[in-house]
Amino acid sequence: MNFEFTQEETAFRKEVEDFTQRELPDDWDERAFYWPGGYGTMPTFEAEYKEFCDQFNRKLGRRGWLSIGWPLEYGGMNSTMKQAILDDVLTYYRAPAAEISTVISGPTILQAASEEMKQKWLPKIAAGEVRMWLGYSEPNAGSDLASIKTRAVEDGDELIVNGQKIWSTSAHIADYAWLLAKTDPDAPKHAGATLMLVDNKSPGITIRPIENICGIHSFNEVFFDDVRVPKENIVGEMNQGFYCVMLALQYERLFVGTGAFRRVLEELIGYVKATTSNGRPLCEDPLIRNRLAEMAVEIEVMNGFYWKTAWMIDQGLIPELEASVSKMFATELSRTLAGTAMEILGLYGQIERGSRWAQLNGRISIGYMDSISGPIGAGTSEVQRGIIATRGLGLPRR
Amino acid sequence: MNYNLSEEQKILKKAAHDFLANECPKEQVRQVEEGEQGYSEDLWRKMADLGWMGLIIPETYGGIGGSFLDLTILLEEMGYNICPGPFIPTVVLGSLPILLAGSEKLKAQLLPQIAGGQKIITLALSEIDAGYEAGSVNVTARPDGNGYTIDGTKLFVPYAHVADHIICVARTRESADPKQGISLFVLDAESTGMSCSLLKTLGGDKQCELVFNGAHVAGENVIGNADEGWTTVEETLQKAAIAASAEMIGGAQAVMDMALQYARERTQFNHPIGSFQAIQHHFADMWADINGSRNLLYKTAWKISEGLNADIEVAMTKARVGKTYRRVTILGHQIFGGIGFTKEHDMHLYHKRSIVGDLSFGSADFHYGKIARQLGL
Repeated sequence: MNFEFTQEETAFRKEVEDFTQRELPDDWDERAFYWPGGYGTMPTFEAEYKEFCDQFNRKLGRRGWLSIGWPLEYGGMNSTMKQAILDDVLTYYRAPAAEISTVISGPTILQAASEEMKQKWLPKIAAGEVRMWLGYSEPNAGSDLASIKTRAVEDGDELIVNGQKIWSTSAHIADYAWLLAKTDPDAPKHAGATLMLVDNKSPGITIRPIENICGIHSFNEVFFDDVRVPKENIVGEMNQGFYCVMLALQYERLFVGTGAFRRVLEELIGYVKATTSNGRPLCEDPLIRNRLAEMAVEIEVMNGFYWKTAWMIDQGLIPELEASVSKMFATELSRTLAGTAMEILGLYGQIERGSRWAQLNGRISIGYMDSISGPIGAGTSEVQRGIIATRGLGLPRR
Repeated sequence: MNYNLSEEQKILKKAAHDFLANECPKEQVRQVEEGEQGYSEDLWRKMADLGWMGLIIPETYGGIGGSFLDLTILLEEMGYNICPGPFIPTVVLGSLPILLAGSEKLKAQLLPQIAGGQKIITLALSEIDAGYEAGSVNVTARPDGNGYTIDGTKLFVPYAHVADHIICVARTRESADPKQGISLFVLDAESTGMSCSLLKTLGGDKQCELVFNGAHVAGENVIGNADEGWTTVEETLQKAAIAASAEMIGGAQAVMDMALQYARERTQFNHPIGSFQAIQHHFADMWADINGSRNLLYKTAWKISEGLNADIEVAMTKARVGKTYRRVTILGHQIFGGIGFTKEHDMHLYHKRSIVGDLSFGSADFHYGKIARQLGL
């Protein structure tokens, strides 16, 4: 056993730290509200940061950091560990980090798509020139993804798509849909769907905003009316969509914003040391000390799952259990951390950003709301527990 | 990073697992726990023959010279099979102070006998206030010419009733800093002025009350320098906390494995109960709990083996593993239902171990306090 990062990995962490500190605006800490494990507060959502986020992303791309986990022949570094280090550092600074095109589309194209598709799309993804949104969920297909109703019908060299997607995070700021649609409605439930790339500018696409409970426009509902998609945009084979969706799941579930958990803990420690209540510093209160210590332990446990999962992927092992546990554990810790932070801040916990009385920039009130999203999005905690028990531990399905 | 065990460690793990499954069946565990002695001499000898008692004792002193991580792996298997006896007292609490600070003479005299399984040794540390801090040490040792005279009461001393030697932690000097003025003494169990009685405790392990009433100990039996013993105790306690954590993780894994087998076989409503989501989710939680804690345990044991500072990791590990074992045991009970609440079922053996393990060497709150200090609070 060995729990040390290699010299190369340590040097890489330093390089990312230096880059991030240099590239983020001086007032970024006051402006970025990303809550660890949440899906509703990423900085990319907010219109005023879009330009900055696009530029930041392209700079990551120029360094080859959007394709770190890919094989060398496609311009990658073949290292999930480094990918994990990058995400850990970026999320610590609440910088724009992992997104659909790099975390889901890239790895899936690498595993399932034709060489032609790889040549066309991978360089754009690696350069940070293309953003995607995940077109999976529908009003009546959430955890039960196989129940999707959106239809794609073949018409010559094209597919014609009709239907509706919802909870489409970032659809309003992305360039392409990473869309799952039914192509064979007569096939068994877990077959007959096809994965495809759809240009957001295609005629027939209507995107309507959904404001989340943090007051941020992160979601959308997206309508497809006779949208024409060239067949060359099909990812993998026709009717193999569910298989393709499974390919990147373990990879996707790895990225939970580990660095931002550490950051919040540090900020809470700073807060209780600097804040006096009833004539004594909060940091002397044994209950507060215990709670922060417990958070430190649980964050360490989350990190244990995180690094081990990354290591397993690099070893060619399939972290079926680990990836699901990693996602479930981190997002549930996201809620616990928010609850702990709220209680430590007391009445100040409710004050929002922008108020002169806001503590920690008001990020606890918004973070507390966002922490609701973690165990719901990207496969609910209940779905993860089901995967762990049936696929991981072999318990019988019903 | 590398999360794989070495080939030698894999062999050790497998061998220990198989050996205990054969040589330490649950009927024997029950028998031993119900008896007064608290261990099987026959099993103890066989374990010694396998080199377990000398696993972390250097070869110079008759041991195997293995790493602390090796010991962790062995203890996980011992915990899996709830192997009863004074193993941690002898191998960690007893031999480490001698190894860390003892004179060459003490080492040469005691360590080979410990490694060979001929001697059982334990540490008398806790007292009436049941703490693990230096300020809790109030048993006194006063110079008496050619040595010291020890007076006072020690509590929760593991397996003192079967030990050949007792290491007593005593105060030799009053000091503003409670960490100063503490010394360690090796006493023969037959010493006069010392009486031992078994405590009536919940678990199947054996703990004792040890009353010192003018017990004499020779000056050459001081471990290390007089008045400067606390750092040795601290280092020993850290390793004991991790040793206990390793046993607990093994025990938690055993509970989950037992419950999994039951959930596949037990049928209600015409289906195995393991097919119900409520039960499946319990298993997902157990798996996450155990493996999250195990990752932490291995990292800590690895750091200790490498000689790196592991102060915060030790506290994190002990705090969390104790909670993990208790949570997993409670879920195990929930899955077994009524049968798990009977004496004939094995669940209670594990449940009791989880409580003893959690309380020993500092429970979660104690270690949270240590973590808070390390976080700069």
